[in-house]
Amino acid sequence: MAAMTMIQALRSAMDVMLERDPNVVIYGQDVGYFGGVFRCTEGLQAKYGRTRVFDAPISEGGIVGSAIGMAAYGLRPVVEMQFADYFYPAYDQIVSEAARLRHRSAGDFTAPITIRMPTGGGIYGGQTHSQSPEALFTHVCGLRTVIPSNPYDAKGLLIASIECDDPVIFFEPKRLYNGPFDGHHDRPMVPWSERPSSEVPQGHYTVPLESAAVFRAGSEVTVLTYGSMVYVSEAAAKESGIDAEIIDLRSLWPLDLPTVIESVKKTRRCVIVHEATRTSGFGAELTALVQERCFYHLEAPIERVTGWDTPYPHALEWQYFPGPARVAAAMRRALEE
Amino acid sequence: MKTSPLHLNVPEPTGRPGRATDFSYLHVSPAGAVRRPPIDVLPADTGDLANAMVRVLDEQGSPVGPWVPTIDADRLRLGLLAMLRTRAFDARMLIAQRQKKISFYMQSLGEEAIATAHSLALEPGDMCFPTYRQQGLLLARDDISMSELMCQLMSNEHDPLKGRQLPVMYSYKRAGFFSISGNLATQFIQAVGWGMASAIRGDSRIASAWIGDGATAEADFHTALTFAQVYRAPVILNVVNNQWAISTFQAIAGGEASTFAARGIGCGIASLRVDGNDFLAVYAASRWAAERARANLGPTLIEWITYRAGAHSTSDDPTRYRPADDWQHFPLGDPIARLKQHLIRIGAWSEAEHEKARAEIEGQVVEAQREAERYGTLLDGRIPPLASMFEDVFKEMPWHLREQLRQAAEQ
Repeated sequence: MAAMTMIQALRSAMDVMLERDPNVVIYGQDVGYFGGVFRCTEGLQAKYGRTRVFDAPISEGGIVGSAIGMAAYGLRPVVEMQFADYFYPAYDQIVSEAARLRHRSAGDFTAPITIRMPTGGGIYGGQTHSQSPEALFTHVCGLRTVIPSNPYDAKGLLIASIECDDPVIFFEPKRLYNGPFDGHHDRPMVPWSERPSSEVPQGHYTVPLESAAVFRAGSEVTVLTYGSMVYVSEAAAKESGIDAEIIDLRSLWPLDLPTVIESVKKTRRCVIVHEATRTSGFGAELTALVQERCFYHLEAPIERVTGWDTPYPHALEWQYFPGPARVAAAMRRALEE
Repeated sequence: MKTSPLHLNVPEPTGRPGRATDFSYLHVSPAGAVRRPPIDVLPADTGDLANAMVRVLDEQGSPVGPWVPTIDADRLRLGLLAMLRTRAFDARMLIAQRQKKISFYMQSLGEEAIATAHSLALEPGDMCFPTYRQQGLLLARDDISMSELMCQLMSNEHDPLKGRQLPVMYSYKRAGFFSISGNLATQFIQAVGWGMASAIRGDSRIASAWIGDGATAEADFHTALTFAQVYRAPVILNVVNNQWAISTFQAIAGGEASTFAARGIGCGIASLRVDGNDFLAVYAASRWAAERARANLGPTLIEWITYRAGAHSTSDDPTRYRPADDWQHFPLGDPIARLKQHLIRIGAWSEAEHEKARAEIEGQVVEAQREAERYGTLLDGRIPPLASMFEDVFKEMPWHLREQLRQAAEQ
């Protein structure tokens, strides 16, 4: 075991899989010699050679389209979108091709590819380096959408994603790469080494897909969240003194619904927190599911705390970002009823 | 300097209903006139080949010039039979569509030489990434039965794709035929990825990508050229220029100012423009490109010049947008008639044999349809079971699909 940042944990996952499976190849913009703009693939080309880990042209459609062809051949490509904000040119290849290939060919061809992309804001990235587009994938049949919140899960979920025979959209909350950011942007960064979840085994292990985690057990209100918002919600609970049960969804779709239902039925109150824009966001699906399954257990309306329905701002980043104060206010509203 | 107001150029074909096409825009080279460079030619030195037209058969059906391929008469007869089979199959399935036994069909009338000759030029294990008009790739093979193809067209109980795809969107991994998508151009970059994978694994198999003139306007086409050149992928990049994308003339895709083959030159890819109705030229150019790919010399782009003699699909009427007799005036003729003329000229075929073969093939097509209809047609509701709609969305069916399957079964 060693204390790892999320970046080191992701790199370790790819290292393990390159070593174990000759069909794994890794490519994307700047991921080869340089090791990626966030350094997740640093050193992997030197270790495994240029035909296993390499740079790609600036063409997200080309990166995903070629990965589908490689998967049809029998490889297991892991490709990087430099920022989640950049995946849009690849959407046709993801939605019309990767997601449906198994179904449309009745299993003749499959697309076991993993598409990594740094997601979320909090880095003064403006509207083209801050988006959280997960709902554009959870809406698509045939895709798995995964988002870890800590180094241990990041490695275990990435290995599980690479080994999965379905196409996986793997979101990496970039504000968590170097520490468990809790939304207090004006405070010094806390390093991962202060969290037990930074203890990461060197070798192979998986965190199963479709499995949520109870990040913080509590009795008063259930918070359904994922990615960076796990720590924001934790800070909100601590600062408000509310005994919140925080569920880290980890796999957005397919979802671990039993864990969600069990918690909401226990606390009878539910707050949903995500950084993405609100309307038709993944929170809307969660709201519907909780309403369908837990309506007679609920004591209060379901609350949503999300980014505003605007482009992600630059100067007004912290007015946009759903920080601990907004989450705490929603918890209080849920408790007032 | 006095300037006139700006004017938007919207290309128009010379021919429209009631107005004959001026086919001089094709710039047809005489048979045998175009040089054949060695396979290790520098891509930049193929510019002349991307702008001329590789042709082998002359007007009398004699093979002339440096592109005459090494292919014996037996194999050429196989090619002729494959074209006859493709044409008969298409004709029969058009009727089946009119009878509502299938919902939709797309024929390849007039362009049969391209897919059939290319199929004969590839090796077992190579992978084609076709569009919806390369049924000739399958019908040239002896390991895919016509009745099984028809089961797909009829979405019946024996449809290997379980009724999930429109007719003609076949998938045959075992025959080197990638699952067809209705989203145009996506397969072009996928083929490059398949070729890259083969190179990564040190394999000897190559990929063959297919696209029409119209869809070359999509980003995936240009991306494919970039990736293919950058990684020197073992792939043949086929552009079937049949002049029409539904009702849109090829000039709307950019075919007026330069050839589609010339797109490759700008990307550093060896490129050829070839008479797609000349079976021998198609075979020769395909072999040349396949040899280059297998020798680690990288991609070759080939623009095949042909004419879409029929409608785009069973959903459009071409007499609404082009002269009804256009094909009869197309300078490159009918690929079946031209190969037949050649085989008769070399004494390897006769009119009587041709008629006999044609009748036999039509009988085989009728027999295949009878066999396929034993498992149902779209008319009789013998379609795949409800559960098959929910299967294969994921490898294992997740909870939400199990739940929805139950709901669908109850409704």
